Amino acid sequence: MYTKQVMDHFENPRNVGELADANGIGEVGNAKCGDIMKIFLKVENGIIADVRFKTYGCASAIATSSIATEMIKGQPLEKAIELSNKAVVEALGGLPPHKIHCSVLAEQAIKAAVADYYTRQGVDPTPFVGKIDHDCEHCEGCGH
Amino acid sequence: MGKFIYADNAATTALSPKVLEGMMPYLTTEYANASSLYAFGSAAKEAVEKARNQVAVALGARDNEIYFTAGGSEADNWAIKGYAHAMLKKGKNHIISTKFEHHAVLHTLDALAKQGFEITLLDVHSDGLVRVDELKAAIKDTTGLVTVMYANNEIGTVQPIAEIGAVCREKGVVFHTDAVQAVGNVEIDVKAQNIDMLSLSAHKFHGPKGMGALYIKRGIPFGNLIDGGAQENRRRAGTENTAGIVGTGIAITEAVATMKKRNEKCREISNYIMDNCLKIERSRVNGDRTKRLPGNVNMCFEGVEGESLLLMLDAKGICASSGSACTSGSLDPSHVLLSIGLKHEVAHGSLRLTFSDDNTLDDAKYICEVLPPIIERLRAMSPLWDKIKSEENN
Repeated sequence: MYTKQVMDHFENPRNVGELADANGIGEVGNAKCGDIMKIFLKVENGIIADVRFKTYGCASAIATSSIATEMIKGQPLEKAIELSNKAVVEALGGLPPHKIHCSVLAEQAIKAAVADYYTRQGVDPTPFVGKIDHDCEHCEGCGH
Repeated sequence: MGKFIYADNAATTALSPKVLEGMMPYLTTEYANASSLYAFGSAAKEAVEKARNQVAVALGARDNEIYFTAGGSEADNWAIKGYAHAMLKKGKNHIISTKFEHHAVLHTLDALAKQGFEITLLDVHSDGLVRVDELKAAIKDTTGLVTVMYANNEIGTVQPIAEIGAVCREKGVVFHTDAVQAVGNVEIDVKAQNIDMLSLSAHKFHGPKGMGALYIKRGIPFGNLIDGGAQENRRRAGTENTAGIVGTGIAITEAVATMKKRNEKCREISNYIMDNCLKIERSRVNGDRTKRLPGNVNMCFEGVEGESLLLMLDAKGICASSGSACTSGSLDPSHVLLSIGLKHEVAHGSLRLTFSDDNTLDDAKYICEVLPPIIERLRAMSPLWDKIKSEENN
């Protein structure tokens, strides 16, 4: 059902945990739907110096969080918020159709963390990251 | 090769070697059509009738009350649709069932509701058991059929079938039970329990896949589901699956003969797991602890998600199942777990382990060894678990 890449990131997730000195934290999803993603960013000079994640959810939710953190680590914020769910899916070698929403969550979680960083800096994040879908209300797969 | 434990016997079971041996002639030399007239076909015909008798004996039924089908889902569809349309002639259009039936029953009832039938689904309460007084209260003049599963496929709870049968008999209502999970695991006597129709599936008791049977009490009017040839006393068309039918007969005989021994062993395995895994923080057993199939364990572990749990168990060589949304292929967790009042987020963390003849107490010990660290690992990365813990501390 899952590709080698998904299983690898699920079984050996990268960047799991929290960052005590995080200066941007984003959380999306909800328990009712069965997945919550939380991203911790340490931003230095506009660059993501370090990143961690915590995820409650299925294998694809864990794998998308893991690979997404890898993809944004060391990147400038402007690049990180450009990370699309499509790029995440491609990097994982594909996801089953009913798991695509997990990649959307990963994209949203990063945007939420970046938005939180800007807010903490006293900057309105909306021009940079747009509207964040915290509760996956636009997730097409889900009825909740 | 590493460890391999098959703990998903409610999904399907391994074919019994005795069953395979008995089926082989009908897959090779004895290929004649069981409905043919020449002497070459008589062996197949005799084998089919012998199997019918074996199923009848196992259920306490008469031979001519057993009809072979291509599985449990067909048997459920046939029983319910076949009788629903027949009962309309008596002015009955109300069917009573439960919220946690298998989809073969629930979706069949949905289809009938669209045709104008009135459906009532009984509550199964937090213990996963139907209340007979609630059933009694739900029966009205227009009620023609009650269909209640014998044992639940997910949480294994065994319903008060004889009491339900007695109420239905008293009220003059036909009683069908989906006994797919029960046959071979509980003592069944359709006459003593007042069961009018019963569905079974062979692959759940070490028989072949694609084979089922429906018991219909003599004298009950019912329509056909599959029209065509004159097989099964003109009730179910299609050339007899001789090998499958033979396998069903052998499997049910073997399952009933070994029931006591298997149940004792399965009960020991299940109790070992439930006792040990309940030591895990924020865990629960789903369904009544005692009124359940001996080989069924169904538990929830808060803060973890079922699919992740299953894949991690798979990596340790354990085949199990879950009622989480991600494993159901839909986005809601299992309707069974929701029907016993579990919240979505708790139901997502469910694990079902189901045992049979081939399992041992060593399997239980191994499962109890590997499961707690897996749950710990998933909880360590779960923001939901963090929330649960912080709410606990407040």
